[in-house]
Amino acid sequence: MTLTQAEKAAVVAIWGKVASQADAIGAESLERLFSSFPQTKTYFPHFDLSHGSVQLRGHGSKVLGAIGEAVKNIDDIGGALAKLSELHAYILRVDPVNFKLLSHCILCSVAAHYPNDFTPEVHAAWDKFLSQVSSVLTEKYR
Amino acid sequence: MVQWSAEEKQLITSIWGRINVEEVGGDALARLLIVYPWTQRFFSNFGNLSSPTAIINNPKVRAHGKKVLTSFGDAVKNLDNVKGTFAKLSELHCDKLHVDPENFRLLGDILNIVLAANLGKEFTPSCQATWQKLVGVVAHALARKYH
Repeated sequence: MTLTQAEKAAVVAIWGKVASQADAIGAESLERLFSSFPQTKTYFPHFDLSHGSVQLRGHGSKVLGAIGEAVKNIDDIGGALAKLSELHAYILRVDPVNFKLLSHCILCSVAAHYPNDFTPEVHAAWDKFLSQVSSVLTEKYR
Repeated sequence: MVQWSAEEKQLITSIWGRINVEEVGGDALARLLIVYPWTQRFFSNFGNLSSPTAIINNPKVRAHGKKVLTSFGDAVKNLDNVKGTFAKLSELHCDKLHVDPENFRLLGDILNIVLAANLGKEFTPSCQATWQKLVGVVAHALARKYH
């Protein structure tokens, strides 16, 4: 499942807006993840996961930052996220099922913040893009 | 039996009371067909599904979306017996419609995204958590009679 030119354009266009609030949206996406899918908290026993926590904000910023890198290098996401892919495969080893959960929560956050921009076509493009990012991050698992 | 806190019940009924079932239902089904095009396999008699615009404006999609979400409302009205409420519908989806239950999960997630788009900030993380629980309960109930 590769992104069409139109889909890439849709992803890049909305990223322009998301980037301006990347930290907040990142933190909110993680909060949504931990609230809706409490089992995901098992990967963060060392974190303060309360609303507004510095660690939550910091980590949300990291996650959205990586997504930003993928957007900037949308024609070679594998190359752009190669190091992150190794990190997830050999060190973090987050079960692959969780990438879908976080992707869903990111979509909820973006929809909540930019409802007018989040048309069905943009929604489809982002779902596909995040699915590609997830594939890259899990491709070295075995 | 599924346990709902008073807060969860309140969140569910208050949000349900505020949404336009026809609009949200139509939007949710259209997005399902657009974002996950393989789901169109169940709707070969719906006419033109050839593009996002065609799907969004397709009157059969709108009508069916409204039907589906109206039925979802039965869960909202019977939170203490969702399984019983959807027993017959579960049999129908298995025996007559032959729908893979994975599709119930897909539609449930799309519904939550549409709620987020409609409610914005008010669709807080804890609000979403309650609705994720609800769509999960509904999906489970619809899959329960499969054999």
